Amino acid sequence: MFQIRIHGRGGQGVVTAAELLSAAAFKEGRHAQAFPSFGSERMGAPVISFCRIDDHEIRLREPIQAPDALIIQDPTLLHSVDVFAGLKPDGYILINSQRSFEELGIADFVAKFPAHHVCDVGATELAMKHVGRPLPNAALLGGFAAISGQLHMDSVADAIMEKFAGAVGAANVAAAREAFEVASRA
Amino acid sequence: MSGSSPSEQTVKFYQTGTHTVGNRLLDDAKRTVQASMERANAITSGHRACQGCGEALGARYALDAAMRATEGQMVAVNATGCLEVFTTPYPETSWQIPWLHSLFGNAPAVATGVAAAFRVKGREDVRVVAQGGDGGTTDIGFGCLSGMFERNDDVLYVCYDNEAYMNTGVQRSSATPPAARTATTPAVGDAPGNVFGTGKNLPLIAMAHNIPYVATASVADLHDLEAKVTKAMSMRGARYVHVMVPCPLGWGSASNDTIKVARMAVESGLFPLFEAEHGAVTASNKIRRRVPVTEYLKLQKRFQHLFKPTEDTERIARLQAMADANIKRFDLLDGEDAS
Amino acid sequence: MLKQVEGSQAVAEAVGFCRPEVVCAYPITPQTHIVEGVGALVKAGTLENCEYINVESEFAALSVAIGASAAGARTYTATASQGLLFMAEAVYNAAGLGLPIVMTIGNRAIGAPINIWNDHTDSMAMKDAGWIQLFAETNQEAVDLHIQAFRLAEELSCPVMVCIDGFILTHAYERIDVPTQAEVDAFLPPYEPRQQLDPAEPYSIGAMVGPEAFTEVRYLGHEKQLQALELIPEIAQVFKDVFGRETGGLVHPYALDGAETVIVALGSINGTIKEVVDAMREDGASVGSLSICSFRPFPLAAVAEALSGAKRVVVVEKSLAPGLGGVVASNVRMALARQAVPVQTVIAGLGGRPITMASLRSTFEAAAADNLEDVHFLDLDTEAVSQELARARETRKSGPTAENILRRLGTGT
Repeated sequence: MFQIRIHGRGGQGVVTAAELLSAAAFKEGRHAQAFPSFGSERMGAPVISFCRIDDHEIRLREPIQAPDALIIQDPTLLHSVDVFAGLKPDGYILINSQRSFEELGIADFVAKFPAHHVCDVGATELAMKHVGRPLPNAALLGGFAAISGQLHMDSVADAIMEKFAGAVGAANVAAAREAFEVASRA
Repeated sequence: MSGSSPSEQTVKFYQTGTHTVGNRLLDDAKRTVQASMERANAITSGHRACQGCGEALGARYALDAAMRATEGQMVAVNATGCLEVFTTPYPETSWQIPWLHSLFGNAPAVATGVAAAFRVKGREDVRVVAQGGDGGTTDIGFGCLSGMFERNDDVLYVCYDNEAYMNTGVQRSSATPPAARTATTPAVGDAPGNVFGTGKNLPLIAMAHNIPYVATASVADLHDLEAKVTKAMSMRGARYVHVMVPCPLGWGSASNDTIKVARMAVESGLFPLFEAEHGAVTASNKIRRRVPVTEYLKLQKRFQHLFKPTEDTERIARLQAMADANIKRFDLLDGEDAS
Repeated sequence: MLKQVEGSQAVAEAVGFCRPEVVCAYPITPQTHIVEGVGALVKAGTLENCEYINVESEFAALSVAIGASAAGARTYTATASQGLLFMAEAVYNAAGLGLPIVMTIGNRAIGAPINIWNDHTDSMAMKDAGWIQLFAETNQEAVDLHIQAFRLAEELSCPVMVCIDGFILTHAYERIDVPTQAEVDAFLPPYEPRQQLDPAEPYSIGAMVGPEAFTEVRYLGHEKQLQALELIPEIAQVFKDVFGRETGGLVHPYALDGAETVIVALGSINGTIKEVVDAMREDGASVGSLSICSFRPFPLAAVAEALSGAKRVVVVEKSLAPGLGGVVASNVRMALARQAVPVQTVIAGLGGRPITMASLRSTFEAAAADNLEDVHFLDLDTEAVSQELARARETRKSGPTAENILRRLGTGT
């Protein structure tokens, strides 16, 4: 079982991100479970969502305690919420930021993880470029596919297109594909 | 007689009681439904209402008029209360029509459900009448009533207003008039009887919902009551008829005075008879011969503390002012009949 | 058809396939997505011949359902928590009148203090109203139980509550095999009422029943629930024949062969429990679990049989009888009246507190070592409660308990 925890703020599509991950996994014939942390979902408040992926029925229902991967949609959370709690030693970290880990103040921390498991991607900027709105969730999924290898980029693209029809979907897919490229190169 | 203009009739008939309701002197078409052997008897004899019960009288007239108007394709939904209790004295029922009693506060909602079911089954010919007392309508059922009005559900709601929770022993409701004695507003102390509050006028509230039809009616004018129910059944959507029904037991009036008491309420102006459609008054019944409110109050022990040991001129004046206000608001006096 | 879909949406689709004729909707977290989903089906014309009514309160919702059901329509509504209590009078009324209404409960805690998250207090508050209560373990089961519920309700003329854990199931995206209209039609015949408001055949429904007959009427309600004990497994079998999977039924045993310690629970927590059971068994522990699907009627015989080999039983429940202990545990004890098996109560997940594998495992291990107090509150912050008790002892005007606990949580003091 592969467990992903997504941190962000209300209004950034954190819940949708988990849903899309689960949809992408489903398209690859795998089992997936996605659910939010069910806080008071007002705009701007820290929210967490979870996604589990496995090859058989997922029975576990607890909030993800020991994630295999973290997606951090909002770097302002890095020093206010314990986003890294329980992260496995060889876990993946994907952060939505164009700043370096030094600038983000977490260089020492991420150094403990395999270098190709950690990545930061300017997903908001990519979203602005392709979609015209600062919603980084879809783009980040492309980055996740790249660094984790858990999902094919095409599955992610299909999931996005199914959720967002027409031009909006296509634009989000474009952002995700570019994030995939950026993360693959990093 | 209600509904007929002076030009149609040269002789005016006034009701002096059900026996001389004037039916035998009228054309067939103008007779009450109750006068007909073909009446449905939706509530048949054997029920356990008190002697002189205004509600039993009103309900019989209202329901049989509705049955005629719907050619018998009708379902009645009842709130808990006197009507429900005296028509279904365990283990019998006096209802000869399909009848459902659920709870005290939900008759309007239950009726909505019944109407929806018949509609979805393609039986829109089957009509729904919901009924409750003042307690079940103006108090505990108020929320559901407003919801039914707001959705404009196809239900006629009839409120039988005897101005207190009679079934449970005469406790005050939001329909209890000021100064009236009830078990929870006893005639003791400096301000005996019910308070002079802001009032809760259900017919006006119903009008504020802009529903297709609102009417007040009284057992003092049974032709009028039947006509209003018949008219209501010719329409679709939410309709409301508020009937004043004296309760001899609760009001402390003589059981053979029920219709007289009801008439005094109308003729004093305390209970105006009017109709409204979509929020605007469309007609009102003129007072035939105006009386001061004391004529009405004196007939009922629930007001006797206003007269004994001394006359409470101040409170009586306030009640008179309420009557005066009604007369003005609903234009209840004809030039020729004003006294 | 396999879909990756939110639990609520799948339930809405399933309800739609059952061809309800009247649906009443009043919003309350966490069931709202369900009624919204059904509403969308009606508005889009996908669900035909259905009157969808937006009502002004939960009390109105069930009242409208009562009227519709009494007039012969297949009727559905959903609620949770405070809403279920607000319609409590109507809940008893519907059961007493024998109306086969199906209602989803998106299980949620009841205030005060106000809490939107999952536990079973709401369903437990209505457990003796005469409704059948079925608890879903997964969203697949949630979907399937709704379809079974309509058939069960209508055969018995008894209302049925399908209970699904709020948020944990309602808001979770899972892989669900959503049935087709044809499959549901093959399983669920049109509703044939035992009683119906009908001008062609008028009778009075809801008259008073006095002391001479009330007991008999109540007894017949009890009988109906006992009949359900037979019917529920039968319907589950027919369901399996039509849909090809095993869901519903009275209980779901797991790894009970030779299990000395058996964990008993309702609803979604059973998934996590199974993970713990597997992990413990791998380490040599003798443990198994039993999920109770039909809570009302309570399957005394099936539970007794399933637990016949156990040396100890641990009931993990999301409900509390203040001053007594467990609600489910009390019912389980009744099943074991003839067996001398200790039953321990673990109160867990109240107000949505996450139930972790780690906490469960240490609790089960303590139980297996006979080292668990009866009525154990999982993950209780004993310091917080001690502090509050001390404060209350020291001063009369100690303030609202909830506020004090929250202040401690928020400020760390």
